Amino acid sequence: MGASATVLQVEDNGPDDAIAQRLRDLGFVAGEPVRVVALGPLGADPMLVQIGYTRFALRRAEAARVRIDTTAAVGIMDGAA
Amino acid sequence: MSTAALQIALVGNPNCGKTALFNQLTGRRQKVANYAGVTIERKEGHYTAPSGRSVRVLDLPGAYSLAAASPDEAITRDIVMGRYPGESIPDLIVCVADATNLRLHLRFVLELSRLGRPMLLALNMMDAAKRRGIRIDTVALARELGMPVVETIAVKRGGAAGLIAEVDAAMPGPPTRLAADADLHARVRALLADTVSVPRRTAAIDDALDRIVLHPMLGLAILAVVMFLIFQAVFSWATPLHDGIDAGMRAFGEWVRAQLPAGALRSLLIDGVIAGLGAVLVFLPQILILFLFILVLEESGYLPRAAFLLDRLMRGAGLTGRSFIPLLSSFACAIPGIMATRSITDPRDRLATILVAPLMTCSARLPVYTLLIAAFIPQRTVGGLFGLQGLVLFTLYVAGILSALGVAWVIKRMRRDQGEHALMMELPSYRMPHPRDIAIGLYERGMIFLRRVGGIILALTVLLWFLSSFPGAPAGATEPAIYYSLAGIIGRGLHAIFAPLGFNWQICIALVPGMAAREVAVASLATVYALGGNEDGLQAIVASQWSLATALSLLAWYVFAPMCISTLATVRRETNSWRNVWMLAGYLFGLAYLASLATYQIARLLS
Repeated sequence: MGASATVLQVEDNGPDDAIAQRLRDLGFVAGEPVRVVALGPLGADPMLVQIGYTRFALRRAEAARVRIDTTAAVGIMDGAA
Repeated sequence: MSTAALQIALVGNPNCGKTALFNQLTGRRQKVANYAGVTIERKEGHYTAPSGRSVRVLDLPGAYSLAAASPDEAITRDIVMGRYPGESIPDLIVCVADATNLRLHLRFVLELSRLGRPMLLALNMMDAAKRRGIRIDTVALARELGMPVVETIAVKRGGAAGLIAEVDAAMPGPPTRLAADADLHARVRALLADTVSVPRRTAAIDDALDRIVLHPMLGLAILAVVMFLIFQAVFSWATPLHDGIDAGMRAFGEWVRAQLPAGALRSLLIDGVIAGLGAVLVFLPQILILFLFILVLEESGYLPRAAFLLDRLMRGAGLTGRSFIPLLSSFACAIPGIMATRSITDPRDRLATILVAPLMTCSARLPVYTLLIAAFIPQRTVGGLFGLQGLVLFTLYVAGILSALGVAWVIKRMRRDQGEHALMMELPSYRMPHPRDIAIGLYERGMIFLRRVGGIILALTVLLWFLSSFPGAPAGATEPAIYYSLAGIIGRGLHAIFAPLGFNWQICIALVPGMAAREVAVASLATVYALGGNEDGLQAIVASQWSLATALSLLAWYVFAPMCISTLATVRRETNSWRNVWMLAGYLFGLAYLASLATYQIARLLS
């Protein structure tokens, strides 16, 4: 936990996926650094994700829409890492 | 209302401190109602600007985007676009953004600026931003956005002075136009790079607290302590206040009795109106104590964390992490519990929580349980450790919880909307709750209950008084007066339906006035057995005249029975729908009937 990754994109789960659209509105867009901060006590679900300056609790099915790149760990602005 | 009144609307993301700013601007000059036809709160207030102009402020529901994902967000979208029926378009949009959370909040500011309406930006929580070393070039930001930018600290006296001055200044023109296909996220990044310097993305204190509060073991332990405190407070601390109000209203009734001549009018006043008022007022201590906790937890940022910890557990039953506190509160009383479901933003999850809340064993069932257990269950220990009476009581509580899980599961299977409803819940920075915001919140909850629910409870109590009092007993009557009343006639009619459950006609009559509140059923039984309110003798009568099967059947009945008009009235108000009330009452009645029938028939076979 705690390693930073970069968002590649949010994939739609079916047509007119409002949840995917909302994720993009919340800042899950290409190039944005993202980090898992905490995991729920039961089945590690939901997960707490840091995007921008904000933390969102996402259920597994929601987080699964976010494609990330873990190779290019970015450190810029990521003071909390 | 002067025609020159300026109408402004506060718009912003959830957790931007918008409502605290609204409280700062308007103080107690605010009015809480619902938007027409929905149960979403409409908060409006007013203040007088230094120029003497009256300013009307609308506090719109928090929204992340104009692509609305909830009914709250749809209201905000429709009002700022001027297409909500019955609401005029605001003269000025005051966009509120948390200065420590600009990556998220500026995107919404840009989305709003596309409306081309006069707008200004209030950078709120500047105190927290300064503490974290965040520096914002407001002049450059105002130039780039093409709208005035002011700094505010909603929780500090005079912290909105800059905003008040700017609203009083000349109306700003439309903000900078963005290209129709502009990428708002790219624009936010550019704005942040040019005008804002942020030493670190999160507050150190949030990181430290979350490591403890969200820890799989430690976090759950803290949550258990918090829940225990709430439960204790609502259950025990409210009791002396509850009893005090009860005794006060009784004393008042007795005082009125001494002043008036005997007759229908006196009875109406004492047993109808004053008893009804008492029935309304006794709920206030529980509601206020529960909401004190909820408001403090919500304002401090803990409530969403509790929901985070519990979400997986509650989701198994088709609920959400946010359902937990309302359900826990329902063990004291379903009414504050149902009112507490307002913190569940998703309407589907909220309705499911409301529908199962009455299955939590509320404290009003205790007198009935106590009477029957004391009369029928021997004082024996089981396995040398547990008292049998306590074990039966515990079983009744567990039966309520298990049936709630079962019903929630069935609701999940049966509802038409089987789509995925997201959690996507922001965990905001921890904050010290401001006493003013807590006080205003408590006042609102109290008034909402008294005004919207109180009237229904009062009216129904008077109706039940009427049913229990008329017609009076004929001359030479051998049974107590209630036997001959409409309630008695109804109760004796019900006997045909309830006989298979082992209920005698005395129980059936007591069920009718018992609808006012479950604990009233015990007093009504005493009346039916002509004990003149002597409830101590009731236990002996019940023990000698009822069979064990009947007693167990009545216990099973009270695990489910929808016999609390106050709960039904609250559901009516909180969901704005009679359909939900009938659905709730219908399924509870069905379950109660089946459970009692099974209990009675099985108990009779075994004995």
